[in-house]
Amino acid sequence: MEEIYAILKEVRPEYDFKGSEDYVEDGFLDSFDIITIVSMLEEKYHIQIDGLDIIPDNFCTAAAIIGLLKKNGVII
Amino acid sequence: MDAVFKGKKISGILSILPETESYFDDEVENYDFPPKQTMRLKKIMGFNKHRLAREDSTASAFCIAGLKYLLENGRISKGEIGAIIVVTLSPDYFLPQISNIIHGECCLGKEVLCMDIPQGCCGYLLGLFQSFMLLEHMKDKKVLLFNADVLSHKVSRQDRNDFPLIGDVSTISIIENNEDVGVIRFRLFADGFRRKALMIPAGGFAIPCTAETAKIEALEDGNKRSLDNLHMDGTEVFNFVQNEVPPMLDAMFSDCNLKKEEIDYFLFHQPNKFMLQKLADKAEIPSEKCFMNIVENYGNPSGASIPVNIALNLKDKFLNNKYLCCLAAFGSGLTWGTVIMELGNMEFCEEIETNL
Repeated sequence: MEEIYAILKEVRPEYDFKGSEDYVEDGFLDSFDIITIVSMLEEKYHIQIDGLDIIPDNFCTAAAIIGLLKKNGVII
Repeated sequence: MDAVFKGKKISGILSILPETESYFDDEVENYDFPPKQTMRLKKIMGFNKHRLAREDSTASAFCIAGLKYLLENGRISKGEIGAIIVVTLSPDYFLPQISNIIHGECCLGKEVLCMDIPQGCCGYLLGLFQSFMLLEHMKDKKVLLFNADVLSHKVSRQDRNDFPLIGDVSTISIIENNEDVGVIRFRLFADGFRRKALMIPAGGFAIPCTAETAKIEALEDGNKRSLDNLHMDGTEVFNFVQNEVPPMLDAMFSDCNLKKEEIDYFLFHQPNKFMLQKLADKAEIPSEKCFMNIVENYGNPSGASIPVNIALNLKDKFLNNKYLCCLAAFGSGLTWGTVIMELGNMEFCEEIETNL
Protein backbone atom coordinates (compact mmCIF):
# COMPACT_ATOMS: atom_id res chain seq x y z
CA MET A 1 0.00 0.00 0.00
CA GLU A 2 2.82 2.42 0.88
CA GLU A 3 4.39 1.88 -2.55
CA ILE A 4 1.15 3.10 -4.14
CA TYR A 5 0.93 6.10 -1.86
CA ALA A 6 4.51 6.96 -2.79
CA ILE A 7 3.61 6.94 -6.49
CA LEU A 8 0.50 9.03 -5.87
CA LYS A 9 2.51 11.50 -3.81
CA GLU A 10 5.06 11.78 -6.58
CA VAL A 11 2.37 12.55 -9.15
CA ARG A 12 0.42 15.03 -7.03
CA PRO A 13 2.50 15.97 -3.97
CA GLU A 14 0.02 18.64 -2.91
CA TYR A 15 -2.72 16.20 -1.90
CA ASP A 16 -3.28 14.00 1.16
CA PHE A 17 -4.30 10.77 -0.55
CA LYS A 18 -4.72 8.91 2.73
CA GLY A 19 -7.49 11.33 3.67
CA SER A 20 -9.54 10.78 0.49
CA GLU A 21 -12.06 8.07 -0.27
CA ASP A 22 -12.18 8.84 -4.00
CA TYR A 23 -9.22 10.58 -5.64
CA VAL A 24 -11.04 11.25 -8.89
CA GLU A 25 -14.24 12.48 -7.27
CA ASP A 26 -12.23 14.73 -4.95
CA GLY A 27 -10.35 16.23 -7.89
CA PHE A 28 -6.95 14.86 -6.82
CA LEU A 29 -6.39 13.04 -10.12
CA ASP A 30 -7.32 14.06 -13.65
CA SER A 31 -6.99 12.05 -16.86
CA PHE A 32 -3.37 13.10 -17.37
CA ASP A 33 -2.49 12.09 -13.80
CA ILE A 34 -4.03 8.68 -14.41
CA ILE A 35 -1.99 8.27 -17.59
CA THR A 36 1.12 9.26 -15.65
CA ILE A 37 0.33 6.70 -12.94
CA VAL A 38 -0.24 4.01 -15.57
CA SER A 39 3.13 4.77 -17.07
CA MET A 40 4.85 4.65 -13.67
CA LEU A 41 3.14 1.38 -12.68
CA GLU A 42 4.06 -0.22 -16.00
CA GLU A 43 7.68 0.78 -15.59
CA LYS A 44 7.94 -0.18 -11.92
CA TYR A 45 6.20 -3.55 -12.14
CA HIS A 46 7.11 -4.45 -15.75
CA ILE A 47 3.49 -4.89 -16.82
CA GLN A 48 1.27 -3.69 -19.66
CA ILE A 49 -2.05 -2.36 -18.43
CA ASP A 50 -4.92 -2.98 -20.81
CA GLY A 51 -6.40 0.19 -22.28
CA LEU A 52 -9.88 -0.91 -21.21
CA ASP A 53 -8.70 -0.92 -17.58
CA ILE A 54 -7.62 2.72 -17.70
CA ILE A 55 -10.82 4.01 -16.20
CA PRO A 56 -11.37 6.22 -13.15
CA ASP A 57 -12.79 3.33 -11.09
CA ASN A 58 -9.41 1.61 -11.16
CA PHE A 59 -7.58 4.67 -9.85
CA CYS A 60 -10.02 6.14 -7.33
CA THR A 61 -8.30 4.60 -4.28
CA ALA A 62 -4.99 2.92 -3.45
CA ALA A 63 -6.94 -0.32 -2.95
CA ALA A 64 -8.39 -0.03 -6.47
CA ILE A 65 -4.90 0.48 -7.90
CA ILE A 66 -3.66 -2.57 -6.01
CA GLY A 67 -6.60 -4.54 -7.42
CA LEU A 68 -5.52 -3.50 -10.91
CA LEU A 69 -1.94 -4.56 -10.21
CA LYS A 70 -3.12 -7.94 -8.93
CA LYS A 71 -5.17 -8.38 -12.10
CA ASN A 72 -1.90 -7.89 -13.98
CA GLY A 73 -0.15 -10.57 -11.93
CA VAL A 74 1.70 -8.27 -9.54
CA ILE A 75 2.13 -9.70 -6.07
CA ILE A 76 1.79 -6.80 -3.69
CA MET B 1 -22.69 2.61 -42.11
CA ASP B 2 -20.92 0.21 -44.43
CA ALA B 3 -19.99 1.02 -48.03
CA VAL B 4 -17.93 -0.51 -50.80
CA PHE B 5 -16.30 1.39 -53.67
CA LYS B 6 -14.19 0.27 -56.59
CA GLY B 7 -11.71 2.00 -58.85
CA LYS B 8 -10.99 5.09 -56.76
CA LYS B 9 -7.45 6.26 -56.23
CA ILE B 10 -5.65 8.81 -54.11
CA SER B 11 -3.15 9.96 -56.71
CA GLY B 12 -1.37 12.67 -54.76
CA ILE B 13 -0.99 14.16 -51.30
CA LEU B 14 0.40 17.56 -50.38
CA SER B 15 1.01 18.49 -46.76
CA ILE B 16 1.15 22.24 -46.05
CA LEU B 17 3.05 23.14 -42.89
CA PRO B 18 3.21 26.51 -41.16
CA GLU B 19 6.83 27.42 -40.52
CA THR B 20 6.35 28.16 -36.80
CA GLU B 21 7.38 25.36 -34.49
CA SER B 22 6.65 25.66 -30.78
CA TYR B 23 8.51 23.43 -28.33
CA PHE B 24 6.85 21.79 -25.34
CA ASP B 25 9.87 22.60 -23.15
CA ASP B 26 9.30 26.30 -23.80
CA GLU B 27 5.59 26.10 -22.97
CA VAL B 28 5.86 24.36 -19.61
CA GLU B 29 5.94 27.65 -17.72
CA ASN B 30 2.60 28.69 -19.25
CA TYR B 31 0.78 26.01 -17.29
CA ASP B 32 -0.33 26.15 -13.66
CA PHE B 33 1.22 22.79 -12.87
CA PRO B 34 4.58 21.98 -11.28
CA PRO B 35 7.09 21.80 -14.19
CA LYS B 36 8.30 18.35 -13.10
CA GLN B 37 4.76 17.00 -13.29
CA THR B 38 4.19 18.55 -16.71
CA MET B 39 7.53 17.33 -18.07
CA ARG B 40 6.62 13.73 -17.23
CA LEU B 41 3.98 13.99 -19.93
CA LYS B 42 6.57 14.77 -22.58
CA LYS B 43 7.69 11.17 -22.94
CA ILE B 44 4.36 9.56 -22.13
CA MET B 45 2.26 11.59 -24.56
CA GLY B 46 4.95 12.18 -27.16
CA PHE B 47 4.99 15.96 -26.66
CA ASN B 48 7.96 17.55 -28.32
CA LYS B 49 7.12 20.28 -30.79
CA HIS B 50 4.05 21.31 -32.72
CA ARG B 51 3.31 23.47 -35.73
CA LEU B 52 1.30 26.61 -35.13
CA ALA B 53 -0.33 28.87 -37.70
CA ARG B 54 0.24 32.59 -37.36
CA GLU B 55 -2.55 34.29 -35.43
CA ASP B 56 -3.74 36.05 -38.59
CA SER B 57 -3.65 32.92 -40.77
CA THR B 58 -6.85 31.21 -41.85
CA ALA B 59 -7.56 27.69 -43.01
CA SER B 60 -8.42 29.05 -46.45
CA ALA B 61 -4.98 30.64 -46.73
CA PHE B 62 -3.33 27.22 -46.30
CA CYS B 63 -5.66 25.70 -48.88
CA ILE B 64 -5.02 28.45 -51.41
CA ALA B 65 -1.24 28.33 -50.89
CA GLY B 66 -1.32 24.56 -51.38
CA LEU B 67 -3.48 24.63 -54.49
CA LYS B 68 -1.40 27.39 -56.05
CA TYR B 69 1.69 25.25 -55.43
CA LEU B 70 0.04 22.28 -57.13
CA LEU B 71 -1.06 24.37 -60.11
CA GLU B 72 2.26 26.18 -60.50
CA ASN B 73 4.25 22.95 -60.27
CA GLY B 74 2.13 21.02 -62.72
CA ARG B 75 0.73 18.53 -60.20
CA ILE B 76 -2.76 19.28 -61.50
CA SER B 77 -4.34 21.63 -64.04
CA LYS B 78 -7.50 23.64 -63.50
CA GLY B 79 -9.28 21.75 -66.25
CA GLU B 80 -8.89 18.46 -64.38
CA ILE B 81 -10.68 19.67 -61.26
CA GLY B 82 -14.30 18.57 -60.95
CA ALA B 83 -14.96 19.31 -57.29
CA ILE B 84 -13.31 20.75 -54.20
CA ILE B 85 -14.25 19.45 -50.80
CA VAL B 86 -12.99 21.17 -47.68
CA VAL B 87 -13.20 19.33 -44.39
CA THR B 88 -12.69 21.81 -41.58
CA LEU B 89 -13.73 22.95 -38.13
CA SER B 90 -12.07 26.32 -38.74
CA PRO B 91 -14.30 28.20 -41.18
CA ASP B 92 -13.15 31.69 -42.17
CA TYR B 93 -16.78 32.85 -41.93
CA PHE B 94 -20.24 31.37 -41.44
CA LEU B 95 -20.67 32.40 -45.08
CA PRO B 96 -19.12 31.93 -47.58
CA GLN B 97 -17.63 28.46 -47.26
CA ILE B 98 -13.89 27.92 -47.55
CA SER B 99 -14.39 25.89 -50.74
CA ASN B 100 -15.98 28.97 -52.34
CA ILE B 101 -13.10 31.16 -51.17
CA ILE B 102 -10.59 28.75 -52.74
CA HIS B 103 -12.69 28.62 -55.88
CA GLY B 104 -12.63 32.40 -56.25
CA GLU B 105 -9.02 32.99 -55.26
CA CYS B 106 -7.75 30.29 -57.61
CA CYS B 107 -10.07 31.31 -60.45
CA LEU B 108 -11.60 27.85 -60.97
CA GLY B 109 -14.28 27.14 -63.55
CA LYS B 110 -17.97 27.60 -62.81
CA GLU B 111 -18.61 23.90 -63.32
CA VAL B 112 -16.43 22.99 -60.31
CA LEU B 113 -18.53 21.83 -57.35
CA CYS B 114 -17.71 23.40 -53.96
CA MET B 115 -18.54 21.73 -50.67
CA ASP B 116 -17.47 22.17 -47.05
CA ILE B 117 -17.88 19.43 -44.48
CA PRO B 118 -17.58 20.35 -40.80
CA GLN B 119 -15.77 17.38 -39.31
CA GLY B 120 -12.88 16.89 -36.92
CA CYS B 121 -10.55 13.95 -36.39
CA CYS B 122 -12.58 11.58 -38.59
CA GLY B 123 -12.57 14.17 -41.37
CA TYR B 124 -10.27 12.34 -43.75
CA LEU B 125 -12.49 9.28 -43.86
CA LEU B 126 -15.63 11.37 -44.29
CA GLY B 127 -13.90 13.42 -46.96
CA LEU B 128 -12.79 10.31 -48.84
CA PHE B 129 -16.28 8.87 -48.58
CA GLN B 130 -17.81 12.01 -50.10
CA SER B 131 -15.09 12.21 -52.75
CA PHE B 132 -15.64 8.63 -53.85
CA MET B 133 -19.39 9.21 -54.14
CA LEU B 134 -18.83 12.32 -56.26
CA LEU B 135 -16.39 10.46 -58.51
CA GLU B 136 -19.20 8.08 -59.45
CA HIS B 137 -20.53 11.03 -61.47
CA MET B 138 -17.33 12.66 -62.67
CA LYS B 139 -15.63 10.34 -65.16
CA ASP B 140 -12.21 11.88 -65.85
CA LYS B 141 -12.46 14.86 -63.52
CA LYS B 142 -10.72 14.80 -60.15
CA VAL B 143 -11.74 15.74 -56.63
CA LEU B 144 -9.50 17.92 -54.53
CA LEU B 145 -9.98 16.99 -50.89
CA PHE B 146 -8.71 19.65 -48.48
CA ASN B 147 -8.32 18.87 -44.80
CA ALA B 148 -7.55 22.21 -43.25
CA ASP B 149 -7.70 23.61 -39.73
CA VAL B 150 -6.13 26.29 -37.59
CA LEU B 151 -7.48 24.92 -34.34
CA SER B 152 -4.58 26.28 -32.29
CA HIS B 153 -6.46 29.58 -32.51
CA LYS B 154 -9.21 27.96 -30.48
CA VAL B 155 -7.11 26.43 -27.71
CA SER B 156 -6.04 28.27 -24.57
CA ARG B 157 -2.27 28.48 -24.26
CA GLN B 158 -2.72 28.00 -20.53
CA ASP B 159 -4.49 24.68 -21.00
CA ARG B 160 -1.96 21.92 -20.48
CA ASN B 161 -4.48 19.21 -21.35
CA ASP B 162 -5.25 20.57 -24.81
CA PHE B 163 -2.66 23.05 -26.12
CA PRO B 164 0.42 20.77 -26.37
CA LEU B 165 -1.63 18.33 -28.45
CA ILE B 166 -2.83 20.68 -31.14
CA GLY B 167 -1.01 21.18 -34.41
CA ASP B 168 -1.94 23.18 -37.50
CA VAL B 169 -1.18 21.28 -40.69
CA SER B 170 -3.39 21.21 -43.77
CA THR B 171 -3.40 18.75 -46.65
CA ILE B 172 -4.69 18.41 -50.18
CA SER B 173 -5.40 14.96 -51.57
CA ILE B 174 -6.14 14.43 -55.24
CA ILE B 175 -8.68 11.70 -55.77
CA GLU B 176 -9.66 10.22 -59.08
CA ASN B 177 -11.23 7.26 -60.84
CA ASN B 178 -8.74 4.53 -61.69
CA GLU B 179 -9.83 1.07 -62.78
CA ASP B 180 -6.61 -0.51 -61.53
CA VAL B 181 -7.60 0.01 -57.92
CA GLY B 182 -9.54 -2.79 -56.27
CA VAL B 183 -12.26 -2.87 -53.66
CA ILE B 184 -12.35 -0.18 -50.98
CA ARG B 185 -14.33 -0.95 -47.84
CA PHE B 186 -15.68 1.70 -45.48
CA ARG B 187 -17.22 1.36 -42.05
CA LEU B 188 -18.34 4.53 -40.27
CA PHE B 189 -20.03 5.09 -36.91
CA ALA B 190 -21.39 7.97 -34.85
CA ASP B 191 -22.59 8.46 -31.29
CA GLY B 192 -24.09 11.89 -30.73
CA PHE B 193 -24.98 10.98 -27.16
CA ARG B 194 -21.33 11.51 -26.26
CA ARG B 195 -20.93 14.64 -28.43
CA LYS B 196 -19.82 16.89 -25.55
CA ALA B 197 -16.59 14.95 -25.05
CA LEU B 198 -14.98 17.22 -27.65
CA MET B 199 -16.42 20.67 -27.81
CA ILE B 200 -15.94 24.36 -28.47
CA PRO B 201 -18.94 25.61 -26.48
CA ALA B 202 -19.20 29.21 -27.76
CA GLY B 203 -19.09 30.68 -31.24
CA GLY B 204 -22.17 29.25 -32.90
CA PHE B 205 -25.75 30.44 -32.69
CA ALA B 206 -26.43 28.51 -29.46
CA ILE B 207 -23.83 30.49 -27.50
CA PRO B 208 -22.46 33.39 -29.57
CA CYS B 209 -19.00 34.71 -28.73
CA THR B 210 -19.13 37.61 -26.29
CA ALA B 211 -16.73 39.30 -23.90
CA GLU B 212 -18.15 36.93 -21.28
CA THR B 213 -17.43 33.75 -23.25
CA ALA B 214 -13.89 34.99 -23.95
CA LYS B 215 -13.04 35.24 -20.25
CA ILE B 216 -10.30 32.79 -19.32
CA GLU B 217 -11.21 30.98 -16.12
CA ALA B 218 -9.17 28.83 -13.77
CA LEU B 219 -10.81 25.43 -13.70
CA GLU B 220 -10.88 22.67 -11.10
CA ASP B 221 -8.56 20.53 -13.21
CA GLY B 222 -5.81 23.16 -12.92
CA ASN B 223 -6.14 24.42 -16.50
CA LYS B 224 -7.29 27.81 -17.71
CA ARG B 225 -9.62 28.21 -20.64
CA SER B 226 -12.73 30.06 -21.80
CA LEU B 227 -15.98 29.00 -23.42
CA ASP B 228 -14.48 30.11 -26.74
CA ASN B 229 -11.80 27.45 -26.39
CA LEU B 230 -11.71 23.86 -27.52
CA HIS B 231 -11.82 21.28 -24.78
CA MET B 232 -11.46 17.54 -24.82
CA ASP B 233 -12.67 15.31 -22.00
CA GLY B 234 -9.57 13.14 -21.99
CA THR B 235 -11.02 10.28 -19.96
CA GLU B 236 -14.18 10.05 -22.07
CA VAL B 237 -12.27 10.17 -25.36
CA PHE B 238 -9.65 7.66 -24.24
CA ASN B 239 -12.28 5.18 -23.09
CA PHE B 240 -14.29 5.72 -26.27
CA VAL B 241 -11.29 4.88 -28.43
CA GLN B 242 -10.29 1.81 -26.42
CA ASN B 243 -13.84 0.48 -26.37
CA GLU B 244 -14.98 1.19 -29.91
CA VAL B 245 -11.98 1.02 -32.24
CA PRO B 246 -10.49 -2.47 -31.60
CA PRO B 247 -13.85 -4.29 -32.01
CA MET B 248 -14.57 -2.22 -35.12
CA LEU B 249 -11.27 -3.33 -36.63
CA ASP B 250 -11.84 -6.97 -35.65
CA ALA B 251 -15.29 -6.97 -37.24
CA MET B 252 -13.99 -5.29 -40.39
CA PHE B 253 -11.21 -7.83 -40.82
CA SER B 254 -13.54 -10.71 -40.14
CA ASP B 255 -16.12 -9.46 -42.66
CA CYS B 256 -13.42 -8.91 -45.30
CA ASN B 257 -11.85 -12.33 -44.66
CA LEU B 258 -8.59 -10.54 -44.07
CA LYS B 259 -5.90 -11.11 -41.49
CA LYS B 260 -4.19 -8.17 -39.85
CA GLU B 261 -0.87 -9.62 -40.98
CA GLU B 262 -1.93 -8.97 -44.57
CA ILE B 263 -2.04 -5.22 -43.95
CA ASP B 264 1.15 -3.35 -44.83
CA TYR B 265 0.36 -0.18 -42.90
CA PHE B 266 -2.16 0.88 -40.27
CA LEU B 267 -2.64 4.59 -40.82
CA PHE B 268 -4.46 5.89 -37.79
CA HIS B 269 -5.53 9.30 -36.62
CA GLN B 270 -2.86 10.72 -34.31
CA PRO B 271 -4.30 11.89 -30.98
CA ASN B 272 -1.22 11.23 -28.81
CA LYS B 273 1.42 8.55 -28.42
CA PHE B 274 -0.05 7.01 -25.26
CA MET B 275 -3.52 6.53 -26.70
CA LEU B 276 -2.13 5.16 -29.96
CA GLN B 277 0.16 2.68 -28.22
CA LYS B 278 -2.68 1.41 -26.04
CA LEU B 279 -4.88 1.15 -29.11
CA ALA B 280 -2.22 -0.76 -31.04
CA ASP B 281 -1.70 -3.11 -28.07
CA LYS B 282 -5.41 -3.75 -27.69
CA ALA B 283 -5.94 -4.25 -31.43
CA GLU B 284 -2.83 -6.46 -31.63
CA ILE B 285 -1.18 -4.32 -34.28
CA PRO B 286 2.61 -4.37 -34.53
CA SER B 287 4.13 -0.98 -33.75
CA GLU B 288 6.35 -1.06 -36.84
CA LYS B 289 3.26 -1.00 -39.06
CA CYS B 290 1.59 1.84 -37.16
CA PHE B 291 3.34 5.21 -37.05
CA MET B 292 2.85 7.20 -33.86
CA ASN B 293 5.13 10.16 -34.48
CA ILE B 294 2.84 12.92 -35.74
CA VAL B 295 2.12 14.52 -32.36
CA GLU B 296 5.84 14.72 -31.50
CA ASN B 297 6.66 16.38 -34.83
CA TYR B 298 3.62 18.45 -35.71
CA GLY B 299 0.94 18.07 -33.02
CA ASN B 300 -2.45 16.52 -33.68
CA PRO B 301 -3.65 18.05 -36.97
CA SER B 302 -7.28 16.92 -36.58
CA GLY B 303 -8.79 15.65 -39.84
CA ALA B 304 -5.51 16.01 -41.73
CA SER B 305 -3.68 13.50 -39.53
CA ILE B 306 -3.84 10.52 -41.92
CA PRO B 307 -2.50 12.31 -45.03
CA VAL B 308 0.02 14.15 -42.84
CA ASN B 309 1.15 10.75 -41.56
CA ILE B 310 1.54 9.47 -45.12
CA ALA B 311 3.44 12.56 -46.30
CA LEU B 312 5.84 12.44 -43.35
CA ASN B 313 6.48 8.71 -43.10
CA LEU B 314 5.75 7.12 -46.46
CA LYS B 315 6.27 9.74 -49.14
CA ASP B 316 8.99 7.79 -50.95
CA LYS B 317 7.41 4.36 -50.64
CA PHE B 318 4.01 5.54 -51.82
CA LEU B 319 5.41 6.87 -55.09
CA ASN B 320 6.55 3.59 -56.60
CA ASN B 321 4.69 0.76 -54.88
CA LYS B 322 1.23 -0.23 -53.78
CA TYR B 323 0.40 -1.21 -50.21
CA LEU B 324 -2.70 -2.58 -48.55
CA CYS B 325 -3.59 -0.13 -45.81
CA CYS B 326 -6.04 0.07 -42.97
CA LEU B 327 -7.04 3.63 -42.16
CA ALA B 328 -8.85 4.43 -38.92
CA ALA B 329 -9.95 7.66 -37.32
CA PHE B 330 -11.92 8.65 -34.25
CA GLY B 331 -12.89 11.90 -32.62
CA SER B 332 -15.44 14.67 -32.36
CA GLY B 333 -19.05 13.79 -32.83
CA LEU B 334 -18.27 11.26 -31.54
CA THR B 335 -17.42 9.72 -34.89
CA TRP B 336 -15.19 6.80 -35.79
CA GLY B 337 -14.51 4.65 -38.77
CA THR B 338 -12.13 2.54 -40.77
CA VAL B 339 -11.25 2.04 -44.41
CA ILE B 340 -9.31 -0.77 -46.03
CA MET B 341 -7.83 0.18 -49.37
CA GLU B 342 -4.74 0.00 -51.51
CA LEU B 343 -2.57 3.11 -51.43
CA GLY B 344 0.50 3.93 -53.46
CA ASN B 345 1.77 4.52 -56.98
CA MET B 346 1.04 8.18 -56.33
CA GLU B 347 2.07 10.89 -58.74
CA PHE B 348 3.35 13.00 -55.86
CA CYS B 349 3.47 12.88 -52.07
CA GLU B 350 5.22 15.80 -50.49
CA GLU B 351 5.40 18.42 -47.78
CA ILE B 352 5.81 22.15 -48.21
CA GLU B 353 6.35 24.85 -45.60
CA THR B 354 4.66 28.24 -45.73
CA ASN B 355 5.04 31.44 -43.74
CA LEU B 356 1.33 31.33 -42.82
